[in-house]
Amino acid sequence: MQTIRSFFDESGYVEIETPCLVPATVPEAHVDLVGADGGLLLQASPEPQMKRLLADGWNRIYQITRAFRAGEHGPWHNPEFTLLEWYRTGAVYDDLMGEAEGLVRRLYAAVGREPPPFARLAVDEAFSRWAGWKPSRTWDEERFFGDLVRAVEPAMIPLGAVFLHDYPAGASSLARIRPDDPSVCERFELYVQGIEIANGFTELTDAAEQRSRLEEANAERARRGRPAYPIDEKFLLALEAGLPPCAGIALGVDRVVAVILGFDSIADVMSFPRSRL
Amino acid sequence: MYETSDLRKNLKIQMDGDPYVVIEAQFVKPGKGVAFTRTKLRNMITGNVIERTFRSGEKFEQADLREQTLQFLYADDSYHFMNTETFEQLELPGELLGEDRLFLIENLNVSVLFFNARPIGLTLPTFIEVAVTETEPGLRGDTATGSTKPAIIASGAKIQVPLFINEGDWIKVDTRSKEYIERVKR
Repeated sequence: MQTIRSFFDESGYVEIETPCLVPATVPEAHVDLVGADGGLLLQASPEPQMKRLLADGWNRIYQITRAFRAGEHGPWHNPEFTLLEWYRTGAVYDDLMGEAEGLVRRLYAAVGREPPPFARLAVDEAFSRWAGWKPSRTWDEERFFGDLVRAVEPAMIPLGAVFLHDYPAGASSLARIRPDDPSVCERFELYVQGIEIANGFTELTDAAEQRSRLEEANAERARRGRPAYPIDEKFLLALEAGLPPCAGIALGVDRVVAVILGFDSIADVMSFPRSRL
Repeated sequence: MYETSDLRKNLKIQMDGDPYVVIEAQFVKPGKGVAFTRTKLRNMITGNVIERTFRSGEKFEQADLREQTLQFLYADDSYHFMNTETFEQLELPGELLGEDRLFLIENLNVSVLFFNARPIGLTLPTFIEVAVTETEPGLRGDTATGSTKPAIIASGAKIQVPLFINEGDWIKVDTRSKEYIERVKR
């Protein structure tokens, strides 16, 4: 934690805090939230509030917070976990890949371990190599996640640290579509030894586009028989008022610590994982 | 019917017509994607271990498995067992029994596993008591050195026994490790 904070302090970031309990959210098709009394939800990520702070005029902010995801429980999942999220105005996803690499290298150094080699690999290239198709050409969500889990993630285990980048536009989440190639978006994920550590984007700043993606996520939830979630209208208002061009990234703190220390589950680095409660 | 989320260690399911036991099940989920369960499964007939990753919500049939206690009668080209309640007899080929066939002694009760009424395996009792039929003459008094010698037991298996064991002695054997436990009085 000290290493993380000094990394951001030195890079001119301000540590902020936003609430864990929220009345509305940015729905995702495959993330189930934990509900609380009084119509409140526990956040899956502090993204909407942090972007509102950027719209208010903050330029470089980070926070270490708790995030909650219902039903996620396994060696690399816990329903409550620690998330590090940071945002920077005037930056693009490429800048954040550099920053994330710098931070992870610093964390390896802090525990006296040799960092793995870092590589960058486009999603289309990874899938052509290990699954025999290009997801940006013929988007198929079912096939994409199936091949990601069965073929691509295992293939990345021996490669050290890999930034998988330029996700297909269909998997854009809250990322900006690449202006020079609308089939992909400016999104990356950092994998270390095949474990997903961080997810970053050049952020989508178009309010109308954002609204339609959130509504689509709720529609997809309904198709899967999952409850829809209230959309955070104040977040959309902030986008309408003007979110400056920016990039943001979320990094799983439990995971990065477990991977660096060579454990094979996050339970090894949590004082009270779900199984101990 | 089971669902992907039911997959746990030791659960028995049927897939492509074969019974499988789950040896490992792990929850995996890409950050923006659907959940999966990554498993290692052992085919209960062939013993082969396979790795499969299932999407959440997939359905599995329960494997129709049944165990029955049968008594071993005798062996000729195959191995003959009897249900001591119905007196029904069952014949099993040696290949199905593997190494275990060398620990079958007359009147031994074993547990036979059936999949869709077809016998697929056998479990021996953990310990059996059996006579030693062949071994080098024993060294009287040597009960402490811990040295061993090969011996053949009445059921046919060759195991290591202490030096003081003689032909005709009865011994207790652990059928899991195929190891000598102690000498027994008969």
